[in-house]
Amino acid sequence: MNHLDLELQSGALAALAPAVGPLPAEPAVRPTERSTPAPAGRARGTRVDIGGLSKHYGQRKVLDDIHLQIAPGEFVAVVGRSGCGKSTLLRLLAGLDAPDAAGPRFDGEPAAAGPGDTRIMFQEPRLLPWKRVVDNVGLGLQADGRGASVRERSLQALGQVGLADRANDWPSVLSGGQRQRVALARALVHAPRLLLLDEPLGALDALTRIEMHRLIETLWQQHGFTALLVTHDVAEAVALADRVLLIENHRITLDERVALPRPRVRGAAFDTIEERILHRVLGAPAGHASTDATGAAASAASTASFVSAGANVSTKS
Amino acid sequence: MSGALGRRVLPWLVPVSAIALWQLASQAGWLSTRILPEPWAVLKAFWALSITGEMWRHVATSSWRAASGFALGGSLALALGLLTGSSRRAETLLDSTLQMVRNIPPLALIPLVILWFGIDESAKLFLVSVGVFFPIYLNTFHGIRSVDKGLIEMARSYGLSGWALYRHVVLPGALPSILVGVRFSLGFMWVILIVAETISAQSGIGYMTMNAREFLQTDVVLVGILLYALLGKLADLLAKNLERWWLPWHAGYSPQT
Repeated sequence: MNHLDLELQSGALAALAPAVGPLPAEPAVRPTERSTPAPAGRARGTRVDIGGLSKHYGQRKVLDDIHLQIAPGEFVAVVGRSGCGKSTLLRLLAGLDAPDAAGPRFDGEPAAAGPGDTRIMFQEPRLLPWKRVVDNVGLGLQADGRGASVRERSLQALGQVGLADRANDWPSVLSGGQRQRVALARALVHAPRLLLLDEPLGALDALTRIEMHRLIETLWQQHGFTALLVTHDVAEAVALADRVLLIENHRITLDERVALPRPRVRGAAFDTIEERILHRVLGAPAGHASTDATGAAASAASTASFVSAGANVSTKS
Repeated sequence: MSGALGRRVLPWLVPVSAIALWQLASQAGWLSTRILPEPWAVLKAFWALSITGEMWRHVATSSWRAASGFALGGSLALALGLLTGSSRRAETLLDSTLQMVRNIPPLALIPLVILWFGIDESAKLFLVSVGVFFPIYLNTFHGIRSVDKGLIEMARSYGLSGWALYRHVVLPGALPSILVGVRFSLGFMWVILIVAETISAQSGIGYMTMNAREFLQTDVVLVGILLYALLGKLADLLAKNLERWWLPWHAGYSPQT
C-alpha cells in the first residue's frame, strides 16, 4: 500500500475475452479468478434476499418493488444518479430506516434488532473526536474473554489498514483519507459478515481513492464478507465489484456481472465495461461511438460490445 | 519584543499604566482621597487587614457562600438540562416554565428573598443558586441537543444504546457547551454574591466593604473591590483550566490555536 501501480495495458486485446464471461449457475460461485481461494461455507459472508422492498418518504416514492439476491461473499456495487435511492437501499439494509413492508432477509432470517453481523462505513468517517484513534476502533467491541483484549484487537485492525502507528492520536490530527481508514478498521474489527459502504470515498482525492480501492479489495478477499458499495463513481464500481446494479426510476434496471480478474487493473477491458455502464447510467442511446484513446481496434471492439450490451439491456425489465 | 514574551507582558501594559497614572494623580492632589484613595494607601490597607487575619476570614466566608451556591444551583441546572435535553417529554413539560422564570432578574427577587429567608445565610445561598442556574441549564440543554446526529446514528449502528450511548457519545459531545455555561455561571456567581452580601451580612467581603463605607474608609472599600476582582479572575482561570483538562481533543482549545 505504499505507492500506486496503475498499469495501462494498451492493446491487450486478450484481456477482452473475459469481459463476456459466463454467468454463474450457482449463487455461491464467483465467476472471476482471484489470488485467494473462495470463502468456505456461509460462515464468512451473509446472504441477502430482498423481495418486494419499497420505501416512501411521505408522498415521495423512493424505492418501488426492489428484488435482489446477494450471494454470500459477493461484492455488489450500486450506482445511479444523485437522489435515485441507492443510499436509501443501503440504509434499509442497515436497519437505519424502516421499509414500508417486506424487509430484507439475512441468511433467510428477517433482520434482528441491533447491528448483528452488519457494519456500515459512512460517507463521512464519523469518528468520535473525544476518543483516541484506537478507542474509536474499539467502539462497541465487547471483551470476548477468549484471548486478545479489546485494545489488542483494535490495534490489529489498525495494522490491517496501515495505521497502527497512529493509534494514540486524536482524530482531529488525521487527514480525511486516514480517518476513513480508521472508520474501515472500526468496521472490520467486529468481523462483519455484511459490510455496507455508503459512498465512503467520495470526499477523498483521486490518489487516496485508488489506494483505498486496493485496500478494500484486499481486505474483502482476506475476510470474505458480503459487501454492498453505494457509489456515484462507475469506475470505482467496476474496480471493486462482482456485480454492478443501477437504480433508476425507483427500480433496479441493470444487473451486470463484472467478469474481470482480480486484482483489478485498468486496461481496455476495464474501460469497456466502465463505458458501457456509464453510458447506461447517463441514458445515452445505443451505438454511441467510443472516444477511447487506446486504439482503433479497442474502440471498434468496445462499440461492438456496447451494441450487444445495449441489446441485452433493452431486453431486461 | 519577541512573541511569547510579548504575549505575557503586553496584557499588563494597560492596567499597570493606569495604576501608575492614578498614583501620580493622587500624589499631585488632583484626586481627593475621599473620592479615590491613592494605590499606595490601598496596598497599606490590604496589608493591615491581611496580617490581622480579618481579611482572610471575610474571603473564606464569601468564597464558601459562592461555592455552595454554585454547587447547589449548578448541579440542579445540570440535572434539569440533561433531563430536558434528552427527553422530549421533559422538555415539553418543563422548558417553557423555566424560560419564563429565567427572565426574572435574580436581584429583583431580593425583597421576596428577605421575606422568605430573612437575612441569614440561606437568603444568600438562594440568590447565588438562582443566578448560577440559568447559564448552566441553557448551555447543557443546548449542548445535548446539538450533539452530532451522525455520530449518534453511527454509534447506534455499532451496538451502543442507552447508558453506553449517553456516556460515550452524548455527554462528551455536550461537554464543550456545558463548560461554556459553567464559565458564564462562575462570572455571575460573584456578581450576585456581591449584591447579596450588601443586603445584610455579619461577615464576608461585602460586609467588610459596607462597614468601611460607613466609616468613610475608602481604601478598605477599594480593597474589597480588588478582592472581588481577584476572586473573579481566579474563578475564570479555574474554568479555563477545566476546559483544557477535559477537552484535550478539541481543536479550539489546543495551545496551538
